[in-house]
Amino acid sequence: MIAIIDYEAGNLASVKRAVSFIGYDCVVTNDIDVISHADRIIFPGVGAAGTAMNSLKRMGLDKVIVEFFNSGRPVLGICLGTQIIMGFSHENNTHCLKIIDGTVKAFAPDLRISDDICIKIPHMGWNRVVLSGKHPVFEDMQEKDEFYFVHGFYPVPDDLNHVLGVTDYGIDFASVIAYKNLIATQFHLEKSGRPGLGILKNFCRWNPC
Amino acid sequence: MLSKRIIPCLDVREGRTTKGIKFQNNVDIGDPVEMARFYYEAGADEIVFYDITASHEKRDIMIDVVRRVAETIFIPFSVGGGIRTIDDMRAVLLAGAEKVSVNSAAVKTPEIISSGAKAFGSQCIVLGMDVKYVGEKENIPSGYEIVINGGRTYMGIDALEWALKGQELGAGEICLNSIDADGTCEGYEINLTSLISDNVSIPVIASGGAGTPEHLYQVLTNGFADAALIASMVHYDNYTISDIKNYLDDKNVKVRKSW
Repeated sequence: MIAIIDYEAGNLASVKRAVSFIGYDCVVTNDIDVISHADRIIFPGVGAAGTAMNSLKRMGLDKVIVEFFNSGRPVLGICLGTQIIMGFSHENNTHCLKIIDGTVKAFAPDLRISDDICIKIPHMGWNRVVLSGKHPVFEDMQEKDEFYFVHGFYPVPDDLNHVLGVTDYGIDFASVIAYKNLIATQFHLEKSGRPGLGILKNFCRWNPC
Repeated sequence: MLSKRIIPCLDVREGRTTKGIKFQNNVDIGDPVEMARFYYEAGADEIVFYDITASHEKRDIMIDVVRRVAETIFIPFSVGGGIRTIDDMRAVLLAGAEKVSVNSAAVKTPEIISSGAKAFGSQCIVLGMDVKYVGEKENIPSGYEIVINGGRTYMGIDALEWALKGQELGAGEICLNSIDADGTCEGYEINLTSLISDNVSIPVIASGGAGTPEHLYQVLTNGFADAALIASMVHYDNYTISDIKNYLDDKNVKVRKSW
């Protein structure tokens, strides 16, 4: 069973619909027992880091997620989930789960996409991902595939070896993080059409050693 | 680099797509869920549903449509039309829409934007604006005025001032519709689009007037729009979304070409 972590951060039903659509059983839950016994977990989320961490702590889910990761079972972070796994977020100056060492930073409004055009914030829409290595979950991704992003903050891992993919939006930022049994995307796999569903499916059958 | 988004717009009345849309390949031309699937598979980057159901009692039909669309397509879609309260927004978002668009309700009660952004996040709240050119006046310095009721009621509000206020209140995006250009198929209102897009820091979807791929090229470059809404030019099979994207790609406008 796949557990989608419910910590009152946005509409998690869209992730559930996508997982069901590709043929896997999943449950949206905040039940510590259910999460601890899951085969794999998905940690999604939309919203602000401060509120999210407060909810996780209040529900006792912060420790459960870290323990689950330490057990070696597959973990997928999506969007805010990908930021909360870092050490510290500049959004609301929040101490996060620290599964990955590093920080979460805001896009600077003076970043430019061309000489005369500044970026708009949030980064909203379809963009590409350039992979720096191979990964079983990303083995079907094509270079020209694009993914749906909505975010004003982005993760900055201390160790560049944890960055599997980068995306260009005024700067190159880490849009895919991979470390042991964890894979995390800044973009919304559940809203990225065929390429997103393909990656989600690969995660659902991934057996990290 | 971010792609420019191409967004088909579907009008829905009491659960059925309107406008007598013609389609091949056995697509049920009246079923918004089938239409959404068709455009999803054809490469739409997002879909906008506009609920034109007159009676408030029949609005639950739209919620059911939204739920079925969310089980069928896996790209973002927004729902507008008749959204008057936070509860209306919640119903649409919980049913699976990515965004909700407010238009006349926001003109009458601007606080709906801030309370919506606070409850669901700015990224969920689209400010829909219907705009008419009236010439520069003392209370309309930009020459563009906000209208409601399909352009029949002038609100005495300057379009640029309203866009800036909407952004300040927490709108995450603006869908900018020119009533003058709407339905003409003769091109978007470029001056209006560049005026708004240049002055706000949130994304702007241009709406009204699309008839050819060149029109999209103009509004996405000279108009500085981040996305372009299309309706009859694809509904009537004049162009496919691939035709439009190939045209834009040939002219070096970044679009999503893999789906």
